[in-house]
Amino acid sequence: MTEESSTSQLSVPEPLVFDQALWRRRSIKDIFARYLVGAGGIAVIGSIILIFLFLFMVVFPLFKGAAMYEVTNYSLKKVAADETLLYSIEEQAEIAMRLNNKGVVSFFNVDSGELIESKELVANNDVHISSWAHLDAEKNIVALGLNTGQVLIFKHEYASNYKDDKRTIVPTISFPLGEEPIDLEIGEQALTSLAISENEDGLTLFVHTESGARLVNFEKASSFLDEDEATLELTSQVQLPYVDTPIKALISPERDWLYLLNKEGALAYYDIRSKDEPIHIEDVSVLDEGSMPTTLEFLIGGISLLLADDLGNIHQLFLVRGEDGTRHLTSIRKFKSGSAKISSITTEQLRKGFLVTDTDGNISIFHTTADRHVITKNIIDKPLAHLGIAPRSNKIIAEDVSGQVHVWGLDSEHPEASMKSIWGKVWYESYPEPDYIWQSSSASSDFEPKFSLTPLTFGTFKAAFYAMLFAMPLAICGAIFTAYFMAPKMRGVVKPSIEIMAALPTVILGFLAGLWLAPYIELNLPGVFTVLLLVPLGIFVASYFWWRLPEFVTSQITDGWQAALLLPVVLFFAWASLALSPWLEQVLFDGNMRLWLTDTMGVGYDQRNALIIGITMGFAVIPIIFSISEDAVFSVPKHLSSGSLALGATPWQTLMRVVLPSASPGIFSATMIGLGRAVGETMIVLMATGNTPVMDFSIFEGMRTLSANVAVELPESEVDSTHFRVLFLASLVLFIFTFFFNTIAEVVRQRLREKYSSL
Amino acid sequence: MPNNKTHKDPFYKSGTPWIWLNAGAVTISVIMVVGLLALIAVRGLGHFWPKTVYEIEYLNNDETVQVIGERVETEEVLKQRILESGIKVESDDELIKRSLIKVGNRDSLGVDFMLTVTPNEQKVTKPEDVLVLERTQWGNFYGFLKEIKSDNKVLSLYEDIKWQDLDERLNRVAELRERIEHIEKVEIGRINYQIEKLRLKQRGLEKDGVTNQEVFKPIEKARSEFNADYEVLKSELNSLYKEMSRDSITATIMGGKEVEVKLADIVKAYRPNTMNLLDKIFFYAKTFWGFITDDPREANTEGGIFPAIFGTVLTVLLMSVVVMPFGVIAAIYLREYAKQGFLTRLVRISVNNLAGVPSIVYGVFGLGFFVYIIGGTIDELFYSEALPSPTFGSGGLLWASLTLALLTVPVVIVATEEGLSRIPRAIREGSLALGATKAETLWRTILPMASPAIMTGLILSIARAAGEVAPLMLVGVVKLAPSLPLDGNAPFIHLERKFMHLGFHIYDVGFQSPNVEAARPLVYATALILVLVIVILNLAAIYTRNHLREKYKDLEQN
Repeated sequence: MTEESSTSQLSVPEPLVFDQALWRRRSIKDIFARYLVGAGGIAVIGSIILIFLFLFMVVFPLFKGAAMYEVTNYSLKKVAADETLLYSIEEQAEIAMRLNNKGVVSFFNVDSGELIESKELVANNDVHISSWAHLDAEKNIVALGLNTGQVLIFKHEYASNYKDDKRTIVPTISFPLGEEPIDLEIGEQALTSLAISENEDGLTLFVHTESGARLVNFEKASSFLDEDEATLELTSQVQLPYVDTPIKALISPERDWLYLLNKEGALAYYDIRSKDEPIHIEDVSVLDEGSMPTTLEFLIGGISLLLADDLGNIHQLFLVRGEDGTRHLTSIRKFKSGSAKISSITTEQLRKGFLVTDTDGNISIFHTTADRHVITKNIIDKPLAHLGIAPRSNKIIAEDVSGQVHVWGLDSEHPEASMKSIWGKVWYESYPEPDYIWQSSSASSDFEPKFSLTPLTFGTFKAAFYAMLFAMPLAICGAIFTAYFMAPKMRGVVKPSIEIMAALPTVILGFLAGLWLAPYIELNLPGVFTVLLLVPLGIFVASYFWWRLPEFVTSQITDGWQAALLLPVVLFFAWASLALSPWLEQVLFDGNMRLWLTDTMGVGYDQRNALIIGITMGFAVIPIIFSISEDAVFSVPKHLSSGSLALGATPWQTLMRVVLPSASPGIFSATMIGLGRAVGETMIVLMATGNTPVMDFSIFEGMRTLSANVAVELPESEVDSTHFRVLFLASLVLFIFTFFFNTIAEVVRQRLREKYSSL
Repeated sequence: MPNNKTHKDPFYKSGTPWIWLNAGAVTISVIMVVGLLALIAVRGLGHFWPKTVYEIEYLNNDETVQVIGERVETEEVLKQRILESGIKVESDDELIKRSLIKVGNRDSLGVDFMLTVTPNEQKVTKPEDVLVLERTQWGNFYGFLKEIKSDNKVLSLYEDIKWQDLDERLNRVAELRERIEHIEKVEIGRINYQIEKLRLKQRGLEKDGVTNQEVFKPIEKARSEFNADYEVLKSELNSLYKEMSRDSITATIMGGKEVEVKLADIVKAYRPNTMNLLDKIFFYAKTFWGFITDDPREANTEGGIFPAIFGTVLTVLLMSVVVMPFGVIAAIYLREYAKQGFLTRLVRISVNNLAGVPSIVYGVFGLGFFVYIIGGTIDELFYSEALPSPTFGSGGLLWASLTLALLTVPVVIVATEEGLSRIPRAIREGSLALGATKAETLWRTILPMASPAIMTGLILSIARAAGEVAPLMLVGVVKLAPSLPLDGNAPFIHLERKFMHLGFHIYDVGFQSPNVEAARPLVYATALILVLVIVILNLAAIYTRNHLREKYKDLEQN
């Protein structure tokens, strides 16, 4: 702009009257607009950053450690020689139960120690408790072995009453097998060890006396009229060849395995599925040299055993099915709380965690699946002896040797999450070996959740890999041809029509893939592979014929229309391959390629598999890669290629040696963006795979991806549960993956732009 | 590009095959695009065309049976496979044609479809008077009309006026049905809405500790009035239903079984084999119109998709209202106000990248942040009387629109920024030099010039939002919404309501419905509508972009 000339044209200006008020209004408006735009702009950009922060905030508690804090401590009123056997806390963590060796059950307020009710179960002074056993907290059943050779079984229950919006909890004691102790008909000898297990079919006891060990079985005899009136009848008593007095005996909840731990640390286990003929399988010793066993407990669910010793180690064991079908007790993990002797183990009631007390006065909390030492807290400088935990794992009650009771609060929301349980191989209960498994929920409450994101991440990359395998050659080759060889007129039609593919909703692609393509490919499997082979071959042959054609024919058509000439060729060869499909199937695969794959090759075939995903998601990714690569090739400065051609290079040489090297960062960036899209695509994989989280790279198997998993499970997951947060973690992972790929692409692209502008 | 092909070069060395292979990649891509669009179009549009109904004498395991139905698909299958599946067939050909026949009558036959193999079709005819009924339940009916009944009495009618009479009776039923729908949806819907409002008001008062019964009296009174109104409507409904069930027909279906069909259950009756081309076109237009304006029936597998179209459009509109100002303001800030440096470059890269973040991640954010945190707080503050049932604390229209807005805001920012950067510096400087403030320059000069770019960004974002399904699955889309989010009850637009969506409709009907096979044509048609909406939006974007470029060119020349 030339300022002088424009001013010279102006006529004599009228004197400007400077309107102060107007000017002020205008500047106020200007400042106002500045702040408005500033605030708005920063708010929008801030809210975008908020996405990342929010995801992170939700995920963060997963990896936050646990916290324990002291609530109160008090001493309970006791009589001489009154020794605690068991503490238990009810659901609301208001009332605790204590059982002592005199057979007195007392209920008291957890926070104040105030006695609410107490009941003497054994009235006779000559009778005392010689052994006891309890069932996991949900059942609240306790069995007491008496010195008279009898067993007394009771159940403690808690009823909530609401009156004037105030809740009162009333504890009650009931006797499912009658208030009188059951006589086991073994004479008056003290029961030195006892184990109990009960399910809907009946009840099994293990008792040990001086005269030996025996298994006592009761079956439920249900009344015809009323299911609830079922009575238990003693059906069998079998002597077991076991001499030692076990320090602990346990029977699995389904009443099919019996475990006996002796003083030397040998763990004997019996198959008691046949109640009349218990089979001794073997004795295992897993303890370290020089350590002595202290106690044995079931983890919730009754599959895993926890064996503690006097050096602070806890071993987790469970039965693993070997290749021959027999089960062997195998040591799975080892936890270490410290070096002091472990005095008791208490298991959490809603998840696979457990707590131990030791003689240094520490409480340590572990989680088995996550292989995680959650927290260790010193309670007091005296040995701790007994421990109880509330079902919701929010309150702990512990008693030290001096009889002082300590009440502690516990904040441990997500002990089941650890880097190992989310990304590593975990040996889950009842599995033959450590594995990567995603299985987030099940109907039963003692289910071990399997939160491994590895198979989902694997599935995500498998889907992306096959999609890129399909998309990259088509998109990049297509882009090169369109940008470099194609006649401009044709380019004007082809480019937008491929770009419009990008706008096609993926839900439509997914639907076509699942309901049309998948069954079609299943029927014409050989044809699909023939297409891959025949179509390139056809193009090659066509190009040869064109090359051999005399000049006067080829010169009729200007260069750059090859793509249009190939239209009938591609259509014909594709049609031919698909038409050949049944014959090929007949000749090569006995008429059914699917069966042939499974039977002869041993490859499983899912109807909705990675091949379908590769084609469909590839289809979704092609326009993105195509569009960006085309731009990259097209914007290579013309003087570079002209120079090369002028020096006598063929167009192909120019492309390979001059154009592509300059455009390759752009093509790389296009690939990265395409990959980012393939990784995050949800609807196609949701609809066109079986969504099974398997770790199999086979093209004929399906997969489950991070994104589809989130879409399926998030609406049903409980807010703020571990599952919920792990799903957020999955989306955070997706976010990071795609952000990573896109940033690389963007940086490369910007560099390229700068380079071109300098050329 | 000049191609100096010289035949002296050996074929391979000249690079010709490679060039052709690259050309082939373009050809394949184009074939796939066109093929896909054609597939959707043919299947989607074909669904409404009245198809010929065949009567086939079919040899089924040495037994001749009658089959009446439409031929849906025919494919060629190896003879061996057919034999393996346990079907006896005698033919010399290795390849055998197998057809999928839609036989309808799910209530009597148990299945909608049947497979036939051509060699076993002994006689195929196209009977003139075969009757097709579209029913409110159990899908289609194929058969021959026997007689028309009214009040359980058989009418003796001449053959020539039988069909006319049936049409008249069907029209009467259709009118009654319209009246019933109006009462059920609009009038009773209004009463229910008011009663629910009263209930919440009462609960709110009780929660606030009001015990004075005087306060509740007007509520009680209003409620009893509404209940009285309801009773009146209910009795009217009852009499209408009775009226509607007056007529019925008896007809024979394949296999010769005689069935009775109430006219009240019939949505549409036609005889495709008597229709001429004009009839068919007319029928086609009517059915297509019905498809886009009617409510779905039978768990979405029959009927129209109006609520889904409505939900899609409304979500996208709401999204545009949010995304447009915010996206533009952010872009203006980035381009015109913010100091250009490392930080703005970083922000620009991040915004660019966000356009590539998977949509499901936005859905997760929408669910966790909008629905649970913001919605939960709103519920506690303003809708505590309705708790524990959530008002804004569960997915709904507002949250879906906001999630989509967040998803598409990068698109608008990028497009607007591009538009702003194309405006020559001289224009800004000229305006400032003439004494305009920065805000005035923006408002009067820059924004009007950038408006086509802003429009392009908006249209692109609408096109993207209209096709998104995954995030919506988390923030409020449902398979069947009881009421539209827009109705005659104040405040008319109900932002907390759940809604239906074309994309989710495709997913739901195609994959979650109990009778996927029967619903498939409907899904193709729905997909076609969705594609049409999106292609139109995209073409508009491309047109606007070209328009912008033209304008920009003019500016440069001046």
